[in-house]
Amino acid sequence: MDSYAYLGLSKPRRFLFKTRNFFVSIPKKTLSFFKSIPSKFVKIGKKVSKPFIEIKDALVYGDLKTRLSFIFMGFGLFTRKEFLKGILFFLFEIIFGLFMGFWGRKYLSKFGSLGTELPHEVWDEATQSYIYVKGDNSLLILLYGTVCLVVILGFIYTYYQNIKSSYKLQQISNVGGKIETTKDVFKSLADREYHKTLLAIPMLGLVTFTIIPLIFMIFIAFTNWDKGHLPPEHLFTWSGLSNFDILLGKNVLGENAKFAYTFKDALLWTLVWAFFATFSNYFLGMILALVINKKGIKFKKFWRTILVTTIAVPQFVSLLLISQMFSSGGIVNHMLELMGLPKLVYAMNTVWARIFVIIINIWVGVPYTVLSCTGILMNIPNDLYESARIDGAGPFKMYMKITLPYMMFVMGPYLISQFIGNINNFNVIFLLTGGVPVNSDKLIGGDTDLLITWLYKLTVNENNYKMASAIGIVVFIIVAVISMIFYSKSNAVKNEEDFQ
Amino acid sequence: MNNLNTRKTSSMKARRIISNTFIYIILVIISIIWIFPFVYLLLQSFRGESTHVVGYMIPQKWTLDNYKALFDFSGQYPFMRWYLTTLVIALVSCIFQTIFVLMTSYCLSRMRFKARKGIMKLILIIGMFPGFLSMIAIYFVIKQLGLIGNDAPNFGGPLALILVYIAGSATQYYIVKGFFDTIPKSLDEAAMIDGANRNTIFWKIILPLSKPIVIYTILITFVAPWGDFMLSSYILGTKQSSWTVAVGLQNWLTGNNGQNISKFFTRFCSGAVFTSIPIMVLFFLLQRYYVEGITGGSVKG
Repeated sequence: MDSYAYLGLSKPRRFLFKTRNFFVSIPKKTLSFFKSIPSKFVKIGKKVSKPFIEIKDALVYGDLKTRLSFIFMGFGLFTRKEFLKGILFFLFEIIFGLFMGFWGRKYLSKFGSLGTELPHEVWDEATQSYIYVKGDNSLLILLYGTVCLVVILGFIYTYYQNIKSSYKLQQISNVGGKIETTKDVFKSLADREYHKTLLAIPMLGLVTFTIIPLIFMIFIAFTNWDKGHLPPEHLFTWSGLSNFDILLGKNVLGENAKFAYTFKDALLWTLVWAFFATFSNYFLGMILALVINKKGIKFKKFWRTILVTTIAVPQFVSLLLISQMFSSGGIVNHMLELMGLPKLVYAMNTVWARIFVIIINIWVGVPYTVLSCTGILMNIPNDLYESARIDGAGPFKMYMKITLPYMMFVMGPYLISQFIGNINNFNVIFLLTGGVPVNSDKLIGGDTDLLITWLYKLTVNENNYKMASAIGIVVFIIVAVISMIFYSKSNAVKNEEDFQ
Repeated sequence: MNNLNTRKTSSMKARRIISNTFIYIILVIISIIWIFPFVYLLLQSFRGESTHVVGYMIPQKWTLDNYKALFDFSGQYPFMRWYLTTLVIALVSCIFQTIFVLMTSYCLSRMRFKARKGIMKLILIIGMFPGFLSMIAIYFVIKQLGLIGNDAPNFGGPLALILVYIAGSATQYYIVKGFFDTIPKSLDEAAMIDGANRNTIFWKIILPLSKPIVIYTILITFVAPWGDFMLSSYILGTKQSSWTVAVGLQNWLTGNNGQNISKFFTRFCSGAVFTSIPIMVLFFLLQRYYVEGITGGSVKG
């Protein structure tokens, strides 16, 4: 069927056609997928084996200077007059050796067991008294062990770079090419290699304060570190996938059944919350922006400024305040009472509490949406509306057929990031309701607790680090899946270069 | 014909007036809803007859005592100390964060190097983890370093917070990169032909052209520490002398097992007003740049 014939079909038929096509194409797609597997493997294999081949080449074809670089890092560079790089490589090797020898070794050697020796007292013959022995600290072993692993990875990479550059320099000097002087190195750091200069500190910060901690916490999800195993008095150790079994309800002994229930409920509520919080904000914000931007409405700046006020007051202030205003003795309930209406106390009823946080989130979030929508709304070509008006479209139809599709197209990535942000929206829930109403079927968590606030409570109140990490990983998986589905469909992400 | 036309326009005019009136009414109602909590906050901060939550808005006895009580440097609840701590944290982290965010964004927007896509993907993946997760590990590292804990120095916790905020700079590149992307590349190329290197281009050409986004970044990074509750409350813990405003004010409402609120509600209100005013002034002064930032950089067509 060609495209003309397709366009001639009615809507339901097009749908049927597409559905049929989808199923018909399954065998073909599956086949091509399997066909592509070998070539994918070859691709990956080539990528993986490339460094090894380079190292082999350097070993086989390299001269003495290059070969000595295998033992003394930077030797080849230094003897061929690239002094700065050579010295830095060598210094790195020495520091790495000292670091691992004096410090890393003792933690890394216990990494497999996370420590075996509890703190205890030993009878000392010489002084005729008990001596306190500190024992192993599982936390420090795991923490410093993780640091060591990252440092080792860094070392392997540097080692490979050292050999690669030594061998390359050998080849260059063999043909009499230009050797980079120290001055050249600095010159290129301000120009061709400027990204190294600029990114060095931000990346260092990212690795030390985010990546290493994250790897550490991922490890924690596979240990039994909770309030019964708190170092330094106690040890904790590896426990495989048991924490995930608890979350998924495979382990129903004692407290664990509650865990599975709380997790299921909190997960469901987190998704529902993220959905409503995102879309209510988006649509109401967009409508408000439209209204303010409407031709003939005066004081546009004034209305916008009022909304900016909400952004300007720190969020925790407004959230704590609203939480007070809606408390049972607060001003809102007092006013309702005066008017002869029933009180609205969010702390009592699950459904009302959940609606309450979504409504207040509208109050918090709509100003942001209005501001970000305003610019885009003004960008919609006016002739679209003109021609629609000539064709007799009303405001509602124009909104549905022009404004909404346009906004959806442009703001797709924004919506996804909002959705993800709401999954991890700590402030609104924690400061507004603190998780109430309390639910006795749940472990620590209340009915408005999201996974993230539950995670916080588990850590701060209960020292239940193992479950907190497991939940964190689950949140990551959910967010990753959602963003993969949406981002892969979004053009704005794919065609990055087109914007420039 | 002419008659008909005028009749049509006059009916349209009437319709427009009705619809506009309707819109004005909605806008006024919305404004009231959005402003009401702040008016309430302001009024309550002048209430003198009692300190607990009450069911009416207008104070029966007006007083400035709640504000005077804020100027406390050494008591059990040294608000002024929290305030200055927060100010220092905000200033220091604002300066460094702005520089690092701009640097990262410039690299990712303008330069093409091998690790570029990898770094962007890495930051995307990091952003998918709940931020609090890495805090747990950082907490223990900081504790090991002796910055927090019972006998740690007062500056320890705030210093740790500053470090953590600054270290996260790279992850905030999106909006600024979006802005840099809109500056034509031909400018760079022209400068390069004239013999400028990347360093000069960044400082002398790109940055002067990016005033709105620089101001936006400064504003955002300055305001973020004021509003940060999760990290600061976790790291600063119960050491009241090194709290930030957010932690302290929250404690006045919920601390002491919920007992504090009856004693401190009005003081919370005055403290909140006192905290919000500088930020509000900043926002109103720089509103133009803020709006430009979120419309220009965050969303692109």
